[in-house]
Amino acid sequence: MSNSTKHTLDPNKWIDLYADYLFNYTVTRVDNSDLAKDLVQETFLSGIKGKDNFRGQASERTWLVSILKRKIIDHYRKINSVKGKKEVRMSFFSDGDRKGSWLEEAVPQTWGNEAEKNIENTELKSALNKCIENLPEKYRMVFLLKTVQNFETEAICNELDITSSNLWVIIHRARVQLRKCMEENWFKN
Amino acid sequence: MISCDEATAICDKNQYGEASNWDKLKLNFHLLLCKHCATYSKQNNAITKMLGKYLDTCDGSKHLTLEEKKELEKKLNEKIN
Repeated sequence: MSNSTKHTLDPNKWIDLYADYLFNYTVTRVDNSDLAKDLVQETFLSGIKGKDNFRGQASERTWLVSILKRKIIDHYRKINSVKGKKEVRMSFFSDGDRKGSWLEEAVPQTWGNEAEKNIENTELKSALNKCIENLPEKYRMVFLLKTVQNFETEAICNELDITSSNLWVIIHRARVQLRKCMEENWFKN
Repeated sequence: MISCDEATAICDKNQYGEASNWDKLKLNFHLLLCKHCATYSKQNNAITKMLGKYLDTCDGSKHLTLEEKKELEKKLNEKIN
């Protein structure tokens, strides 16, 4: 039987080969450099402990990333239970219950051509980062988990013990706030 | 005819490819008649594009310093032994 397509693990090279990639991956998703370092460390550790479970079908990096993703979702689950399941009642359509239509001050303004250009621009990225950071913690958490690739609605709901309706309400509120923040901080200048 | 609240919510779900065909029909009908939501929808698409690029970027701008890597290596060795 040929082993030429089977991947092998070489933990001694992991830090040199993958530490930056994993760190970069994590820090855009958890917004906290120290936390990102811890998660990367735990990922390598789990990888070393669990290396007998590696079947060789995925590449080393893909395998490490899948461990990392589980660590990220575990982290969010921990925060969620520590803070309790208090629902943050915010409505961007009115002060109380959702009324259904746009309030005068919340109406979206035209953005002009800025929306299409310069998506690579680092200032734009930093404005986006700031607006994401301004989200209330629970919203930001769910928003990042969902907007990160490959976190399925069902998986997030199971991990955080919320319904899919809860999830979509939170995503909706997060995006409404994000849009408004981008409008005020980026597109109006 | 759905409300703006409902329309924008469907619009969000659609960004993740999870709006049903029936939802999309209701949304599109609403967008024909409501210019605020039409603006929202266009901007929502722009935001999704920006987020895609933002999250896909492993542009190396964030990386660990040599010191941080040495520290990581040390910690890993400590925990294994």
